[in-house]
Amino acid sequence: MTSRRMRTGASAMTAVLLLGACGGGGPGGSGGDFSGDKLVLAVLNDQSGVYKDASGPNSVKAVKMAVADFQKKYGDQAVVDKIDVTSTDHQNKPDIANTKASELYERQGADVILDVPTSSAALAVANQAKNHKKLFLDVSAATTALTGAQCNKYTFQWAYNTYMLANGTGTTVTENGGKNWTIIYPDYEFGQNMTKSFSDAITRAGGTVQSTIPTPFPNENFATFLTKAGSTNPDVIGTMQAGGDLINLVKQFNESGLKEKGVELAVGLMLITDIHSLGVDQFAGTMFTDAWYWNMDAEARAWADRFKAETGTRPTFEHAGNYSAALQYLEAVQAAGTDDADAVVGKLEGKKVNDAFLRNGEIRAKDHSVVHDAYLARVKKPAEVKEEWDYEEIVTTIPAAKAFPPAEASGCSM
Amino acid sequence: MNAVLQYAVQGLAAGSFYALAALGLAVIFGVLGVVNFAHGAFYMLGAVAAAVLLDTLDLSLWWSLLVVPVLMFGFGVAVERLLVQWLLRLDPLYNFLLTFGLTLVLVELVKQRYGVSGLPYELPGPLQGRFDLAGVVLPRYQLFVLLFSLAICVLVWLVMTRSRVGMIVRASTEKPDLARALGINVGRWVTPVFGFGVALAGLAGVLAAPFRAITAEMGNNFAIILFAVVVIGGLGSIVGAVVAGFLVGLVEAFGQAYAPTFAQIFIFVLMALIILVRPAGLFGRKEATA
Repeated sequence: MTSRRMRTGASAMTAVLLLGACGGGGPGGSGGDFSGDKLVLAVLNDQSGVYKDASGPNSVKAVKMAVADFQKKYGDQAVVDKIDVTSTDHQNKPDIANTKASELYERQGADVILDVPTSSAALAVANQAKNHKKLFLDVSAATTALTGAQCNKYTFQWAYNTYMLANGTGTTVTENGGKNWTIIYPDYEFGQNMTKSFSDAITRAGGTVQSTIPTPFPNENFATFLTKAGSTNPDVIGTMQAGGDLINLVKQFNESGLKEKGVELAVGLMLITDIHSLGVDQFAGTMFTDAWYWNMDAEARAWADRFKAETGTRPTFEHAGNYSAALQYLEAVQAAGTDDADAVVGKLEGKKVNDAFLRNGEIRAKDHSVVHDAYLARVKKPAEVKEEWDYEEIVTTIPAAKAFPPAEASGCSM
Repeated sequence: MNAVLQYAVQGLAAGSFYALAALGLAVIFGVLGVVNFAHGAFYMLGAVAAAVLLDTLDLSLWWSLLVVPVLMFGFGVAVERLLVQWLLRLDPLYNFLLTFGLTLVLVELVKQRYGVSGLPYELPGPLQGRFDLAGVVLPRYQLFVLLFSLAICVLVWLVMTRSRVGMIVRASTEKPDLARALGINVGRWVTPVFGFGVALAGLAGVLAAPFRAITAEMGNNFAIILFAVVVIGGLGSIVGAVVAGFLVGLVEAFGQAYAPTFAQIFIFVLMALIILVRPAGLFGRKEATA
């Protein structure tokens, strides 16, 4: 016990020494109070695996776009001259995310960590943010635990959560007559959380969830799971799979004949890259909830055009979310005049925001959930597609107040 | 009852992929003694090649079933000549590591070129739709996959047991010294056999294209199950690889149906049990320990 405590003490001291070394000449820069004379924005996400296209390296570019916009807007008036953007691959593994987050905060002087797909990994990062008293702006992870049971002062959830997805899709499909649901979900944090959120939304809307089927993650063969789901005679099969698993499942659903039997497929989380990769015909007509769509209005489109010039492709909502989170963070730093996390949190809390990503956005102080308008979308038929990436039709806008759970219900106490 | 039949058919269809690919793995191990870790990557390349051929040259699945194995054979020959052959005389571990490294390289290259979200693939018209046999719904494509791979497996088995080439390959596998003493040039068969094994993996990939997500990583999990298949069947045993392929497909399907959380674990429990009872696998011969 003693030696362990000593070791902990020693490593804490080392960390302090390192931080001191990084701090170098102390406060300086252009008049503000900045650790290391600069601001460091770290994107921690999947740079090589299944979520690479959904977020990955292009989110780093989106964050760099935000930095450029900030510097253009404030020029000489900016409270900090030097802004670094770094990126790290967490391979969607919680243990790697945990180590990398700690390394970013301690050794690389990161002031804020952005993105972090995979809910279990994001929860690990949130915990590091809390311990280091540094910011974490989650964009790509969806678990409500981040703004609920495991919320903390330094963690914000920027783009979406499982409640938003479930409420939009679950409620609407149930109200349109899909009363009996069977849910197939990947057996890890995200899948379990999604299943709970969907079940709640379906029950609230007067439907029933007759059975829930866990599957391994990742998984290629869903044929038997689908047969099993079909044998419960549901109106709707809800799938909580994401990325490559979702594509596997949809291909095999279309093969299975369940569609012809009148069973509807509702997708929990779908990104435009999924539609792009499987082809619009395979998904045509599928309803899902989206946090943002690149062609939903002129402002979004203008930003998407810039993004395309930068990356050669159209953005997902995660790319836009990362841009927005970075931009609003920089604005808050500008307002606070320092990178001190507590001061920045003070500037973010309660702020009402509209930008390329957020419509009627509010950075809620109570649970640090960034609430904004969400969208119920339908995948277009191949004949309706007018240009590349023109895949979605926005059916309804779900106003911010309805899209996200009320703050009182979050179960968050900081 | 219908449900049980349905699961069985699905299990056999899933097993077809394992059987085909494991067959290639078994042949390579038999003749070269190489545990080819890159087999999952070759399977992935087969699927990616089919998708790319459809996208760029508009070659349908029918053509891909013909063209891709030929391309993969050529690729396999190149890999054997350029890389694998230099390590054949060393401990088998070296080639195991080499093919593992090759997997990482191939997967990353495909990611670089085609991204990670996967490629679209469309099934030819005649294979769409399904049969309804007294309540057992059978997608046409699954049935096609099952029959096609069975045919290939039987063909390979016939070639191996009935033809002169097969006899030479088997002799080179089982008693290389004796085969040499009888004037057979064993080394001559090493390269084509490797190419053939790779072609089988590629063929399994083509068959998987309409059915599975075509991504750079689609072979990773597949390869791991494949090794379980080969161990269950008996290393180097052709019949063993095929039987174990279908067996593992069935175990997976019934596992998924009745205990989804443990579906994949059952495969490895089966493997462990078989190793305990028959260390050489179901159809493996006991190796001389001397």
